[in-house]
Amino acid sequence: MNIETQDFYTQAILSMSALVGLMSFLMLGQGRLPRLIFVFAMQGMLLTLTAILAASELHSPHLYISAFLTFALKVVFIPVMLQKQVFAMNIHRDVEALKNNTTVMLSGASLMIFSYYVLQPIIHTSSMIMLNTLVVSLSVVLLGLLLMISHRQAVAHVVGFMSIENGLFFAAMAATDGMPMVVELGVAFDVLVAAVLFGIFFFHIRTSIDSLDVDMMNKLHEVER
Amino acid sequence: MIAVYLLLFLSVAGIAFFALTGHHKDIGKLNTYINAMNLAITVWLATTVYQHGTILSESKAFLIDSFNVYLIVLTAFVGFTTSLFSAPYMAHEIELGKLTEGRLKLYYSMYQGFMLAMYLVLTTNNMGIMWVAMEGATLATVLLVSLYRTPESIEAAWKYFILCGVGIAQALFGTILLYYAAEKLGNPENALLWSVLHEEAAQLNPDILKISFVFLLIGYGTKIGLVPLHNWLPDAHSEGPTPMSAVLSGLLLNDALYAVVRNKMLVDGATQSHIAGYLMMGFGLVSFLVAALFLHRQKDIKRLFSYSSIEHMGLMTFAFGIGGSLATFAALLHMTVHSLVKSAIFVTVGHAAQIAGTQKMAQIRGLIRTQPKVGWGLLIGTVAIAGFPPFGVFTSEFLVLLATMREYPWLTPLLLLGIGIAFSGLFRHIQPMVYGEKPEGQLPIKANLIPVMVHLGFALWLGLAIPHFLSDWFSQATLLISGSAL
Repeated sequence: MNIETQDFYTQAILSMSALVGLMSFLMLGQGRLPRLIFVFAMQGMLLTLTAILAASELHSPHLYISAFLTFALKVVFIPVMLQKQVFAMNIHRDVEALKNNTTVMLSGASLMIFSYYVLQPIIHTSSMIMLNTLVVSLSVVLLGLLLMISHRQAVAHVVGFMSIENGLFFAAMAATDGMPMVVELGVAFDVLVAAVLFGIFFFHIRTSIDSLDVDMMNKLHEVER
Repeated sequence: MIAVYLLLFLSVAGIAFFALTGHHKDIGKLNTYINAMNLAITVWLATTVYQHGTILSESKAFLIDSFNVYLIVLTAFVGFTTSLFSAPYMAHEIELGKLTEGRLKLYYSMYQGFMLAMYLVLTTNNMGIMWVAMEGATLATVLLVSLYRTPESIEAAWKYFILCGVGIAQALFGTILLYYAAEKLGNPENALLWSVLHEEAAQLNPDILKISFVFLLIGYGTKIGLVPLHNWLPDAHSEGPTPMSAVLSGLLLNDALYAVVRNKMLVDGATQSHIAGYLMMGFGLVSFLVAALFLHRQKDIKRLFSYSSIEHMGLMTFAFGIGGSLATFAALLHMTVHSLVKSAIFVTVGHAAQIAGTQKMAQIRGLIRTQPKVGWGLLIGTVAIAGFPPFGVFTSEFLVLLATMREYPWLTPLLLLGIGIAFSGLFRHIQPMVYGEKPEGQLPIKANLIPVMVHLGFALWLGLAIPHFLSDWFSQATLLISGSAL
């Protein structure tokens, strides 16, 4: 199947999903927090655009609401909140030395191939759009996990957490034209509350360990000493 | 159906009231009243279901059948008895200066928030809403884990938040795949309704459902505390206030398992194979054995009992995984008795820790000599949870063993070994704490042990003779889940 022979909508969705996946890789290799947050906001923007595209093509007005929610939460509210925290902590100039950057990138690539392998069985039930978008969303979820493993800053963990949400949203939208509205609203509500709680937590962590480096949180062990 | 709306409304009203109004002297009592009313409502709901069978609300948003109705009553019951314990306990914590009044308001507001999330998980018919409510339960309890604001509690809460949040995200991916499979049958608005999915399960694509179940099991399994996804559980249980540990162990874990079993019923219908069961058996057995070993290496009393929770949840997951009527019946019974006994234990543990002024087991000594009620409560609770007759845990564990012997005889030695290891792990720590000389200056405290006695009394009753309506109920639920009568 050649991409040039597809109609405009298919081509657009496929390019969007490629870009969304690319953003996850960019985040993975990013050691500076302000840039990391910026790339995260870009990913949110791409999701908003995809939602608008799908809404107009598929004539499903409720996707406009999802697009608006994504824009408000993932492009404006969360990035602005995180950016404020980073500047308040005065860590915006710090460059986190990422250990084994090459290994992390390569494992990221393998995770993407692994996603294709996992979702292989459903290939015969779906069109090209569905398969690729589902695979990209699964790999965005897995890359989000990898981001959390490879970074030590609490802010980077929140970005990883939220980019996992991005992957899930992308799966729900591109592969199934959006979940039922109640569920969509419920998920958005949970994300909002989670974001607010993260803000509260940054404050607590700072006052208790005077840093946002999660390696400093090492008091509790599986087997007590 | 009015009962369900009333139940949810009361919890919402509770959240708003505690959050918005100023501090009251009787805030704890008020919380107890709300929970008592909810208990009454759920009993009313249960009798309706018992007489008229499954209820599906007009909008199809809520489904009450024999499986979830008894869990709803159990949730309301444990919520009520724990609130009885929590009122004097939290007042004592304020006296010790560990908490401020503002945080007490937060505590009670989120207590109701947690109960709301639990009721919603159990009553909803929509698999998407079930996920939203499950995540809501995490969000409601995360600030309670860090209520004391010590570095340890903040670390525990952060771990809880991140691990459970990430874990449960996998469950959402599973739910999306489920929706993707169901949408192909047409009627996308109803494609996430469990009642619809259950009827049409045979037409769902088995390959997609298999993949989706893996994600759902990992996701909700994080909340059940299955090994190796369990790391958050001992931390969150040990660092939060004790009433919270009681409801987390007694209710949250059960409800997460409930979500997995609901999904398993769909997957079984679609694949016509036992793959979901095998996955659950594997995870369950590993959790059971690993947690039993970890019991030996604990030094904190609340961590000890949270590992015991992991062990029992593993056993239940294993039993649901075996499938079949006997194992399912045993798992349902075990869910009930474990909730009752474990929340009773956490209540006594709370008192014991307040008497000794620490949670370190090495410094808790001579409980029976200091305050016999607390000492005996802890000892009898531990006897009950370790699976001694005549308590209900013995009955359910015995039934699980019986079912295993029938279906997979070669797994029985492993189960017996695990039960033995867990027994010794619990008693080597408990014995010196309850017996022995009391340290100088250790004084009894004001303790309310009625909830403990009621819980242990019920566990005893279930061990000696299961009342007729309850066994009837379990049989109906067994028929619904396993497809065959006992």
